[in-house]
Order: sequence, then structure tokens, then C-alpha cells
Amino acid sequence: MATTATRATAAHGAGGKATKHPHDVPPVLRVAEPPAELAREALVLNNRSLGWITEAIAGICEKPMPKWWWPVFLLSAGGMTMMFSLVAYLIATGVGVWGLNQPAAWAWDITNFVFWIGIGHAGTLISAVLFLLRQKWRTSINRAAEAMTLFAVACAGIFPVVHTGRVWYALYPGFLFPVPNANAIWPQFRSPLLWDVFAVSTYGTVSLLFWYVGLIPDLATLRDRARTLIRKFSYGLFALGWTGSNRHWCNYEKAYLIFAGLSTPLVLSVHSIVSFDFAVSVVPGWHTTIFPPYFVAGAIFSGFGMVLTLLIPMRALFNLHDIITTRHIELMCKVLLATGSIVGYAYGMEFFIAWYGGSPYELYAFKNRAFGPYWWAYWSMISCNVISPHFFWSKYLRTSPVFVWVVSIFVNIGMWFERFVIIVTSLHRDYLPSSWGYFTPSWVDVFTFVGSFGLFMTLFLLFIRFLPAIAISEVKNVTPQADPHHPLGGAKGHH
Amino acid sequence: MSDIFPKWTNQLPLMAGVAGAVLGLTAVAGITYFVTPKYTRVGYQPKQPVAFSHAIHADQLGMDCRYCHDDVDKSWFSNIPSSSTCMNCHSQVKKDSDKLQLVRDSYASGKPIPWVQIHKVPDYVYFNHSVHVNRGISCVHCHGEIQKMEEVYHAESLSMSFCLECHREPEKFIRPNELVTKLDWKNEGFDGKKAVHDWKVQPGQSCSTCHR
Repeated sequence: MATTATRATAAHGAGGKATKHPHDVPPVLRVAEPPAELAREALVLNNRSLGWITEAIAGICEKPMPKWWWPVFLLSAGGMTMMFSLVAYLIATGVGVWGLNQPAAWAWDITNFVFWIGIGHAGTLISAVLFLLRQKWRTSINRAAEAMTLFAVACAGIFPVVHTGRVWYALYPGFLFPVPNANAIWPQFRSPLLWDVFAVSTYGTVSLLFWYVGLIPDLATLRDRARTLIRKFSYGLFALGWTGSNRHWCNYEKAYLIFAGLSTPLVLSVHSIVSFDFAVSVVPGWHTTIFPPYFVAGAIFSGFGMVLTLLIPMRALFNLHDIITTRHIELMCKVLLATGSIVGYAYGMEFFIAWYGGSPYELYAFKNRAFGPYWWAYWSMISCNVISPHFFWSKYLRTSPVFVWVVSIFVNIGMWFERFVIIVTSLHRDYLPSSWGYFTPSWVDVFTFVGSFGLFMTLFLLFIRFLPAIAISEVKNVTPQADPHHPLGGAKGHH
Repeated sequence: MSDIFPKWTNQLPLMAGVAGAVLGLTAVAGITYFVTPKYTRVGYQPKQPVAFSHAIHADQLGMDCRYCHDDVDKSWFSNIPSSSTCMNCHSQVKKDSDKLQLVRDSYASGKPIPWVQIHKVPDYVYFNHSVHVNRGISCVHCHGEIQKMEEVYHAESLSMSFCLECHREPEKFIRPNELVTKLDWKNEGFDGKKAVHDWKVQPGQSCSTCHR
């Protein structure tokens, strides 16, 4: 880890100190400093000290929240309450309060489920895959992205449970989980819907544990800085007696690496299995082998869209520009560009295969997508997902936070429409024209979905309020001060 | 840490674990016992408007079930006899009994006796009596030893697992077809497996067998 940080600070102007090596190393062993044009931009700008980093991040959850927090929180909590009220209304009345019908027995419910589950994938990619690939820029954004993953999974979990109508059977053992029960029934292990239950619950559990393990050193920091007994007690309880000893760090690093290893396959497997919900069926428009990679790319695309939607305002409102830098935003835009291009390719390839495959039903399903009664949904999806990421070929555009933020919203909209298009346009007209139909959402559909954003934002705002939104110890790790071989590093009184 | 956590907090993980285990087990055991049909239905014995005794009619007198419930082998529904069926005998037997006043009134007015229904499957379950009694499944399997009941009560749970028990292994329950109403029949050497095969008994186990 030494080289990057060393070069970074050297280029950033640590002044004449960078040329004078602090240790007595023979000249032959010294590595020449790279030329300035090859140096990477520092991950923490303005050469901030370790103390400043702690103060900037821990301070957010110690000082009173800024003025905007309460109105936004109340609005979100109101949305959440609305969603739970509508869920209660549905449970009391039946799934008929939604606009579902035959043949469109899945519509907004499963659309919302896939939408929210997909968003979670960015968090896992950032926390696990980028960790294994030693991408140090992840440290500034992984905590918030992982939190976002958990909250998105919480929102996602509601819809498939509620869409069964008799939710007590969905939660009751035997329906979803293989537990002996009074109905003497057993889940169908050949059904991808059951694989989905396991995929999503594994995903939720591993993400939670990974997030929590990463939080432990920071919780101890908050405990040590706490002034009231309640804060000391509650942060102390979850800090698990962390003292920052060498042994603690050894165990921590091992556990973190193991969780990164466990989470990495989940980035690919969870959304592959979600895509099996469709691909394993025989519905034209669903039964395609491209679905797993196409869904995974789409999930990462939507997830990075949501990370940008959340973090760009967060860094502005809490003045975190030195930690979440423009370079971070730029790198995330590149991920959007890459995954967005994969998604666009998949859209094209689906059409090609529909024609090349020679199945009239398949071809009709795709013609109907683009030019049938739901043409507006299809072209909304295309404009948001295929066109918008290509703005990021321009360095100027991907380094303008406001522009990036606006595009990230379009990505979110486009990815919701993608799931709607896949689910509803395929279902509403399948093999038999006599059983064709049209789906229109009811007001309950609409407000339940809107309310799920309330739940998501409520959880995220509480997270910002009570937990360090950026991984303090990890960010410190990528500063030059953490590097004992660096002129600024080690215990030399520079910080 | 001792300035934050007093000594007793060392016991917290153990206490939380024990409390969680006790609560969890209590909830599972409680739901298993109190929420299933074994508890909620078995033993239900409402007061009927007429004190009709199955013990006298079916056991002591040895009447066939189908004398009164005469549609049970023709229809999905096992009919409750109209009062005219009762009056076939009771116009002569115990014709002045006070206990039968309601039967005579019903017979005269044509208004049915308000019997209280005991056995009932939920709306979302399809059950056909005739297909069962025509393939050697006796009344007694679902309704219990009704010939011993002074007043009828709910003897079996009629839960989903109860149905599946037989649908999964019909050879254990099947009997000669002509003996379905012989309620005290004992199996002495009847080959259930052969009957299931010969009569082409194919009890469905898919959801839509019952949930249509």
C-alpha cells in the first residue's frame, strides 16, 4: 500500500520533505519518485491530518443534526408510515387492492422487489469486490454504500412477502423456509422462487455482518469520544470491547477478508437467481439465457446510480469534499458507463436473438415491448439507461457533481422501468390472444412504492445520524500518515 | 471498559441467549399447539336444536349412514336430511315425544331445522364426498366414530396435514367399497395396495387438487 500513497502525496506538494528520505536507506535501494504527470490524485485532499478525519466524520453523529435534517426525516418517516398503512390495508383486504389481474399477476410488486434488490448490489461490489481488487478509493464510500444495500434489501423484502396476500403463510414455516409444520407441506426445491428466498436472505445476512464487522473499530472510536453514559453504553455494547490492540486488528483484518470473499460471489449470484425467477419460466420475453449477466450488470448500474444519488448531496451537506472527492464521483461514473453499456448491449442482443431464434412468440413479445401498448415504458427505459450513461465519456461532465446527480436520478428511473417492462409487457400478452390483458396500477400500488422510498430514506437518515457514514479507520489507512515509510507517516509528530 | 460497563454486564450475552432461546421455544411450542386445527377445531360440540343421537340410530339400530345422508355417494356435498326423512319413522315411532316437537313443526311448515354446522373446510378448499366414499374411504376417517356419539363433535383436525396423510399413503386407509359405512370395520387382511392399484386410486398432491 505504500507506493500509491507515497506518490500521491509527493505529487500533491508535501514540499521539499518528499525528496529527503526519513530512513537511512542506501541510495541503491531507493526508488526514484515517479514523474509528476504519472502521480495519482490523493484520496484525501488537502493533506488532512488523521485527527481532522476523525473529527469530520465522527462529528456528524455527535453534533446536533443540521436544520434540513428534521424536515427531510419527517417527510421520509411520513412516507414510511404511509407504506406500512397501505401494507396493513392490503393484508386486511387482499391483493385485489393492487391493480394485478390475469394475465398480469405480477406487476409493480415484483418490479419494486427487483428494483430494490438491484440497488443493493453496488454496496456489495464496492465493499467486497473493490476490496479484493485493492481499490483504495472504496474506503470513502463503502460504509454508506453498504448501509444503502441493507436498507434496499429491507425495502425489497417487503414486496414478495406482501404479494402473497396471506402473509402469515408466507412467513409461516413451510411456505418459504423448509421447517416441519402443521400443514405437512415442504417448499418446492426445484422452483427458482425458493432459490430466491435463500439468495436474498443469505445476501441480507452476509451484508449485515460484513457491514457490522467493518463498523467495530469506528464504534469504538465513537464510544471513546462519547460524553453521555447512554452513548458510551450503546456504542460500547456494539464495539464488542474493541481496544485497537494488535491482536484485535489481526483478527479484524482476517474476518474482513473472509467476509469480502463470501460477499464477492453474492454480487453475481443474487441477481442471477433473481433473473431465474423469470428465465426458468416459459413466458416469451422471460425465457432467455442472457438474463443472469444482464441482470447483474443492470443491478450494479442501478446500485451505483443510487450511491451517487445519495452521496453527492451527503458530501455537499456535510462538507465532506476532501474525503469523497471529485475523483470518487468520476470513478463511479466510469462504472456507470461500463455497466450501462453492458445493459444497452443486452437490450440490443435480446432483440437480435428474438429475430435470430425464429420463435414467433419470442419475436412478438419484443415487438410488443417496443411498439405495443406499453411503448412509453420501453422508450423511457431506453432513454434513461442507454443514452444517459454515455454522457460520461466526457471528463467535464463526469466531474460536474450536479450533472452527475441528475443523470443518476435518470438511471434510477430507467432501471425501475426496465423491470416493469420485463415483467408487465411479457405477461400481459403471452401465447393466447384470448387471454391478453392490460395492467393499470391502483392508487395503492403507487403509494406503496412511493412509501418504500420513505422507509429507505428514514433508515438512511437514521444511519447518518447515529453511525459514522464513512469508514474512519479505513480512510485513515489510505492516507500518507498511515504509511511508516512516508515522510509524513509514523509517529513523527506531523499530525 | 469497566468505567462504562459494570460487572454484571458480563452476563449479558448469556442472559440474552437464554432469554432468546426461551422466548423462541415458547413461541414455537405455543403456535404449534394452540394455533393449529388440532387445538382450534377438535372437540367442537355445539348444542343442536334437536337432540339427535347418532349412537341410537347408527349403532343401536344399525341404520346405514346413507339412509339419511343419501347424496353422499352421488354429490360433492353430504346432505343433511330434511325433516320428512325423519318423519318416515317418527310419524309412527315416538310420534308424541316432546324432543321431536321441532321436527314435527319443520315437517308441517316446510322450514328446515336450524342445525349447527360442525365440519367445514375453508372456502379455498375443494372437497368432494362422493369421490371418497366411492373409493373405499370411510366416513369414520374424517368424522370419527360417529356411531358412538350421543351428540356430534369435531373428532379429527381436518387440517391440511390430515388430508395429505391419506393422499400420500391411501393404501393404509382404503377398505372394501361396500364397507365404507360399516363404521366399526377392522382391517383383517384386506390388501390396500392392490385396491389402490386395481381401482386406479390416484389421490392428487398438487396444490390445485384441493385449492382450485
